[in-house]
Amino acid sequence: MLAAIGAPSTEALFEAVPAGYRFPEVQLPAPLSEPEVLAELRTLAAQNVDVTGRPCFLGAGAYNHFVPSVVGHLTSRSEFYTAYTPYQPEISQGTLQAIFEYQTMICRLTGMEVSNASHYDGATAMAEGIIMAAGISRGRRRKALVSPGVHPQYRAVARTYVQGMQLDIVGDDILDPSNEALLASVDDSTACVVIQTPDFYGRIVDLSGVADAVHARGAVLIVVADPISLGMLVPPGAMGADIVVGEGQPLGIGLQFGGPYLGFFACRMEHVRRMAGRVVGETVDAEGQRGYVLTLATREQHIRREKATSNICTNQGLNVLAAAIYLSALGRCGLSQLAALCYHRAHYAANAINALAAFRVDTTQPFFKEFVVHCPAPAREINQRLLEAYGIIGGYDLGEITPERANRMLVCVTEMNPVAQIDQLVDALAEVTQ
Amino acid sequence: MAYQIADDYLYAENHEWIRLQDDVATVGISDYAQDELTDVVYVELPEVGQTFEQGAPFAVVESVKAASDVFLPVAGEIIEVNASLEDTPEAVNDDPFGEGWFVRIKIADPEQMASLMDPQAYAAYLETLGA
Repeated sequence: MLAAIGAPSTEALFEAVPAGYRFPEVQLPAPLSEPEVLAELRTLAAQNVDVTGRPCFLGAGAYNHFVPSVVGHLTSRSEFYTAYTPYQPEISQGTLQAIFEYQTMICRLTGMEVSNASHYDGATAMAEGIIMAAGISRGRRRKALVSPGVHPQYRAVARTYVQGMQLDIVGDDILDPSNEALLASVDDSTACVVIQTPDFYGRIVDLSGVADAVHARGAVLIVVADPISLGMLVPPGAMGADIVVGEGQPLGIGLQFGGPYLGFFACRMEHVRRMAGRVVGETVDAEGQRGYVLTLATREQHIRREKATSNICTNQGLNVLAAAIYLSALGRCGLSQLAALCYHRAHYAANAINALAAFRVDTTQPFFKEFVVHCPAPAREINQRLLEAYGIIGGYDLGEITPERANRMLVCVTEMNPVAQIDQLVDALAEVTQ
Repeated sequence: MAYQIADDYLYAENHEWIRLQDDVATVGISDYAQDELTDVVYVELPEVGQTFEQGAPFAVVESVKAASDVFLPVAGEIIEVNASLEDTPEAVNDDPFGEGWFVRIKIADPEQMASLMDPQAYAAYLETLGA
């Protein structure tokens, strides 16, 4: 082979690697037996704090919702687990149908006409929405007005994502959280207005009249939505949204130490050709039998190259499947009940914490499953005491975003927090601040 | 394979045609082009009022297998687009020189027309492509 390719020796193939890095001596420990390896890995894993057996009140974009066992049972079937990209529809009907069902469910949840096969996560789905909005304006508008209520990490990801595209993400400096303040910043170069509801701080945003106001100014409305909240709130599609995105992690995916997650993306049919990502369509074969295929492929980079809607040519296949199984298992009534559980438990907790002398929660504005607690001491310190003394995982330290807010904590309550656990938290908060 | 070549149309190297009637020029793609593309499913047209240089991409034609830029044979301003292609993109395949027209333009520089091929030259050109 060396002779065939004209190389004098194997070493000669590595000449491009700087000499100091070629064939380094690797100091590996001696091999261990399987039980020894397992023991070592278990010791390492035990250093993690996870939500098993610990009350968790942390949210801020990744949520402790129940994952029914049927999800793992079905996704780990080898037909699904090993299936890869369904480019050959004739051998991928199962995968394609599952994605099609997922797309249908997302449309129903969000009230939109078409969904893609998913993006990497909620943050990148929002970034793709922003790029799509610029495309809808045929490149003439290059500003995305992102509400201050949108998850700060989504904003940061969007900025990374649109580097080199001459797109501006603005809206950081808007202090007034009202829709009026946001709309006042829309001008002729605004391609889209991005609003998250419930927002990062848990507040439900009233979208009445917003879509009309945005459209009147020539922009499109992108709504970032929590999928569980859609079991209870009016879907963004019914409120006039042009694009709806969000994080699908709450839909049977679990926390997974931060990923992989699931970005859902839905839009109006009139814009479908500008939508990024894979799309599965339903059609009939040569014998008139129903079948599924990847469709509208001419938007994608392997055909349009630099003019593609995005460089994304994949989707979160296994997580899409998990979400579809989860939503099927819950059904519409189940999701409704689940949303109500989260809502009522969160309000129970908010009222109980607000009743503590040293803490304050604004319960006058509508919120879903998260709320901000004004603490008498830095949230970080309180969380440390909660974990060490009570084994409770406290809420998100808002000082991480703005140092001036170090005494504020974003508390999340889901169906995984029984009332007794909430009472435990309230008692613990009272005690740690005595 | 005998491709239809319409008389009194002029042709560009990328297989667009242009037909001048009075002051108005109509632009489309040739029979050869639609055949190479196979079934057209969508045509992305520009907006009325947009202007393009000679050879600039002004539209995109999508078929089941590809998405191709369509280039303006001479510089001009778009004065009309064929909106019916939105509902019946297959007109590009069925009647490329008639119902399948893309845009009508106001020609910016009539002298650019001289750089295009007449039907005989286009026929010869197609032969060199092995058509």
